[in-house]
Amino acid sequence: MADLTTDFLGIKSPNPFWLASAPPTDKEYNVRRAFEAGWGGVVWKTLGSEGPPVVNVNGPRYGVIHGPDRKVLGLNNIELITDRDLQTNLDEITRVKKDYPDRAVVVSIMVPCEEQAWKDILPKVEATGADGIELNFGCPHGMSERGMGSAVGQVPEYIEMVTRWCKQYYSKPVIVKLTPNITDIRKPAAAAKRGGADAVSLINTINSIVSVNLDTMSPEPSIDGKGSHGGYCGPAVKPIAMSMVSEIARNPETHGLPISGIGGITTWRDAAEFITLGCGNVQVCTAAMTYGFKVVQEMISGLSQWMDEKGHTSIQDFMGAAVPNTTDWQYLNLNYVTKASIDQDACISCGRCYVACEDTSHQAIAMSEDRTFSVKDEECVACNLCVEVCPVEGCITMVKQTPGTVDPRTGKVVEPEYANWTTHPNNPGAVAAE
Amino acid sequence: MATPFTPGIAAGRLPVDEIETNFADLHAPLTGHEAAVAADRCYFCHDAPCVTACPTDIDIPLFIRQISTGTPEAAAKTIFDQNILGGMCARVCPTEDLCEQACVREMAEGKPVEIGRLQRFATDTVMAAGVHPYDRAAATGKTVAVVGAGPAGLACAHRLAMLGHDVTVYDAMPKAGGLNEYGIAAYKSTDNFAAKEVDWLCQIGGITIKNGTTLGQDLTLDGLADSFDAVFLGVGLGGVNALGISGDDKDGVADAVEFIESLRQSGDLTTLPVGRNVVVIGGGMTAVDAAVQSKLLGAESVTIAYRRGRDAMSASRYEQDLAASHGVKLLFNVQPVAVHGNGAVVEIEVEYTATQDGKLVGTGETTRLPADQVFRAIGQTLTTDGGLELAGRKIAVTGAGRTSRSGIWAGGDCAAGGDDLTVTAVAEGRDAAMDIHATLIGGS
Repeated sequence: MADLTTDFLGIKSPNPFWLASAPPTDKEYNVRRAFEAGWGGVVWKTLGSEGPPVVNVNGPRYGVIHGPDRKVLGLNNIELITDRDLQTNLDEITRVKKDYPDRAVVVSIMVPCEEQAWKDILPKVEATGADGIELNFGCPHGMSERGMGSAVGQVPEYIEMVTRWCKQYYSKPVIVKLTPNITDIRKPAAAAKRGGADAVSLINTINSIVSVNLDTMSPEPSIDGKGSHGGYCGPAVKPIAMSMVSEIARNPETHGLPISGIGGITTWRDAAEFITLGCGNVQVCTAAMTYGFKVVQEMISGLSQWMDEKGHTSIQDFMGAAVPNTTDWQYLNLNYVTKASIDQDACISCGRCYVACEDTSHQAIAMSEDRTFSVKDEECVACNLCVEVCPVEGCITMVKQTPGTVDPRTGKVVEPEYANWTTHPNNPGAVAAE
Repeated sequence: MATPFTPGIAAGRLPVDEIETNFADLHAPLTGHEAAVAADRCYFCHDAPCVTACPTDIDIPLFIRQISTGTPEAAAKTIFDQNILGGMCARVCPTEDLCEQACVREMAEGKPVEIGRLQRFATDTVMAAGVHPYDRAAATGKTVAVVGAGPAGLACAHRLAMLGHDVTVYDAMPKAGGLNEYGIAAYKSTDNFAAKEVDWLCQIGGITIKNGTTLGQDLTLDGLADSFDAVFLGVGLGGVNALGISGDDKDGVADAVEFIESLRQSGDLTTLPVGRNVVVIGGGMTAVDAAVQSKLLGAESVTIAYRRGRDAMSASRYEQDLAASHGVKLLFNVQPVAVHGNGAVVEIEVEYTATQDGKLVGTGETTRLPADQVFRAIGQTLTTDGGLELAGRKIAVTGAGRTSRSGIWAGGDCAAGGDDLTVTAVAEGRDAAMDIHATLIGGS
């Protein structure tokens, strides 16, 4: 069986599945139960400065986008950092780490953007014996209004500055958690690296309003008739998170900087995909909040089975394996020609491919009187919409056209050589072939 | 106190609570959550096969999408626009032969979207709220007589009334509704639904129903044609085919439709007598309805005897299985040859059949089945043709129900063509109404 153990910044855990800093990791009771269920590590819910803790709203904190059968596709929250006393959290962290030496315990921190505030809290956290810290520069609601969270994460100079303080006053690994509520994720990641960060983790939640109550005209979750934007997470954000992860992994300035992947990871497959894009481990929240801690068991068994099937003996074997294949549009091979092909035996004649193509795409699917659907190669641009709207997986596939044959749409011979936009004659900025 | 084993024909074979359970809704209505889950399964097909399969052309993907987005009222409007008796059709349509058979998920998984139950969810929502979502157009001053307050007549009357015509509906029975009220199994239309639906439908206004008025006795077609601008006949099939064998007149031999009618109209099913051993002759829905309900009343053994093979049975496989699941025995390839008994039926003698050169023939081999009660369910016949041309044994029609006589339309079971389903009758009544409207407004 594949070895799932991970060594992330020297922090060892029996598997790459950590619980992200969030309600599931708010206290000892939860974290012990999470470890018993099999989680490899936790990032303890964000601690704030000593003194009276923050106060949360006393109405609803969560809103959801549902899929069929009320499946949770996206979750948003307006919860703040821990609203429990600092010392209580520190005591609990100490006890838990002592009892679970083989699991990763990382502490999330968010204090004001002043050196003294960090200087005060870091020794206390260091004393717990926890394995590292994660700087919460991502939380987009509430704390950001007070100059913390994403208010810091949106200013690369602040990131660099605070990271530097942390490396100065704390001896163990420092992970910088990034907010996606910016224009170019490479900038804050590079700033973290310049500040000396050992790793970045991303994404934190996305500014969001998940719904508006059409009776009360209040965004939801509604607090006494008013709503505030929250932080969006869950399966719906996975594509955004993976793109940002890949940009950091590809950027020469940050390439090789360890990444902890976060964002809608729900199954072993999601985790594997993040790892192929360069993550050393992954953090999970919404899946646990939706289904409970036991989901990690499916993640462990699934990843293990897939690794065995592929012959991967360790996470390192496939970590970053998809990074070299993640490129810019201009480098995609324009001589790669495919055509949609419909498996008539698998087709259930729903006609969704037809109407999608006919109404919104390239009029490349024909429909007969008896509801047989067939691709018109002379019109098909291989856009893939039919593949994706077909309810039967595998019924419609994209078939690569053999070099040397003529593409009936363009009338041109399919060339065997790779050729991209940079050299295409239609490109005003095309570079000469030689 | 009788039991299932009490000889002869007896009432009260089962205790009252068991009777109540037996005659409860065959399919419980969907809850809101169940409807949402069921609606989510619809693929919103293009030019959907389910719509093609629906005799009334209800836009099924649209109404299901409207349910899934939390607007069952809009869904109901989509249904009623095409089929004003969508509530009853949701209960009695053989969906397994129509929309649900055509559903692409039936092909994909053998589990179609539950279109019938979703339709009921939508229509029940609106009807339970007492909302009638249509207004009458300005009065046209035209009058139309509709004969027969069954599905065809009611659908025709509603559409005509909506278009501004004044409609008088005549019906021979004491209550309106036709087969919806008198002819279908009780567990398909519980809680007096048929009567409630008629009341709801008549909220459109402009419809006057006159019960206990029979064409050929109290009315003549000539008289109606003189008094009204148009006439629609939806009189159904009033007669029942005889078995035509010796002993057909013995006590205990009865029409299945009469049995079903008395069952539907009974206020207390524990007082309704049923045989210990019941044999139903026939192979249609009426045969199944009579057989299953005999069993539910407490008959010890019930057999459906059908002269052809299973595949030829007009009752769907679903209905056959429903009967079998209630303990009804299905006997194929047997035809009745004699009813035996001294005054009352004791046995029915049947002869095995085979198909030779495309014709059904008796093999000569016979067997006898014990029977205290024999129900005829071998088809019904037209009793009033009003002198109109016939096609076969029904009123000949062309186009949208035009008969051989100008100004007279016909639809439903009494008209030629169609497949004797409630939903088909609704479609024919509706389409005839549109044709009548066009004719009247066209200024003939």
